[in-house]
Amino acid sequence: MNDTLALLQKFNAHPDSRCWYVAWNPKGTLLASCGGDRTIRIWGREGDSWECKTVLQDGHQRTVRKVAWSPCGNYLASASFDAKTCIWKKKNDDFECLTVLEGHENEVKCVAWAPSGNLLATCSRDKSVWIWEVDEENEYECVSVVNSHTQDVKHVVWHPTQELLASCSYDNNVCVYKEEDDDWECRATLEGHTSTVWGLTFDPSGQRLASCSDDCTVKIWKECQPEEGTDAAWKCVCTLSGFHGRTVYDIAWCPLTGALATACGDDGVRVFKEDETADPDQPAFSLSAHVPKAHTQDVNCIAWHPKEAGLLVSCSDNGEIAVWNYQSGV
Amino acid sequence: MEEKALEVYDVIRTIRDPEKPNTLEELNVVCEECVEVQELGEDEYLIIIKFSPTVPHCSLATLIGLCLQVKLQRCLPFKHKLDIFISEGTHSTEEDINKQINDKERVAAAMENPNLRDIVEQCVTEPDD
Repeated sequence: MNDTLALLQKFNAHPDSRCWYVAWNPKGTLLASCGGDRTIRIWGREGDSWECKTVLQDGHQRTVRKVAWSPCGNYLASASFDAKTCIWKKKNDDFECLTVLEGHENEVKCVAWAPSGNLLATCSRDKSVWIWEVDEENEYECVSVVNSHTQDVKHVVWHPTQELLASCSYDNNVCVYKEEDDDWECRATLEGHTSTVWGLTFDPSGQRLASCSDDCTVKIWKECQPEEGTDAAWKCVCTLSGFHGRTVYDIAWCPLTGALATACGDDGVRVFKEDETADPDQPAFSLSAHVPKAHTQDVNCIAWHPKEAGLLVSCSDNGEIAVWNYQSGV
Repeated sequence: MEEKALEVYDVIRTIRDPEKPNTLEELNVVCEECVEVQELGEDEYLIIIKFSPTVPHCSLATLIGLCLQVKLQRCLPFKHKLDIFISEGTHSTEEDINKQINDKERVAAAMENPNLRDIVEQCVTEPDD
């Protein structure tokens, strides 16, 4: 490992509670974080440090588990254990709750915006994945409820360019969905992990999907060329094992550099780089950088900056957010 | 390591059973030998607890697991990671229960459920708290 991961800043974001998730806005000028204190906080860069611009505290009655910015950057969605998903509209430094999406029977675990900005996906412990359509009047309508998982669905992520959705679950599987005749359905079930799958991320081209799990591994999946008349199949082309000491809670593939970062329950942050191999169907990854005690407790989330190559953010059970600089080939 | 194990055991043995007016120690749900401590690094320890619920009732076993998680998270003074399991052979659905107990997101959500939280609080609160 000759590459480095340096800490730029660390600050306490959610006092006395878990910071569950952190997300950059599309321009990379703001960070949204959410946590066990039921709040969403918006952070802006002030020179070398990050300042809290806004605290949204009346939106949810329970833990806010994840937040997601719309592709245009003007809206923020928040998913909560109170079974609701809130859509917030940005008005300068303030956010106004535009609408509340209800329907899930219990905790909403994730919300994700499709790159088009017209679709939203949510998932829940009720085992379902909901797809919502947004129209020009900001009206949200649920267009599909898919029940492909047999347990708690932990995360949903959209393909970077196609209208394709992936979800992962406590049932140890990953599901891939496509729209068919105005209805969303599961087109592939990716089996292989031996415990809960917590996170998913597509590579920059969208040809591969990486998943991370409670089984302490990361798996890379690739869509195989389907035969005539059959559905696409996804194959596991690489498994990274022996690197993580405990549950891997989150994974993020950098859209700019292709580096793969993980957030682990052993308090560590790791970055993997793809080896230059001959066979694209058998990729290999090496551990490029590792900070064993990135935080003093579990790392829950990891996210690459959308514009600045190498800039990485993580958050932890101890309520802290850390910003890192990853440099490769030093 | 033994000292650490005793420290851990001291925290869990007084947890009250959700249904009976006895502690987990009195009911033999936990015992000294069921606590294992491994050194993870500088001043950090991995704690493995194996408990034996008195009845094969699923929800009760999960509830006990929840009490163990909550009390240890709150009361252990040293840095630790925690794995809680049902003793092998003491339950028909032990894999299912173990998975739930060790899923911190599920534990967090359960503790935001007022009914569950009240029961857990009653079980873990010391008389002089």
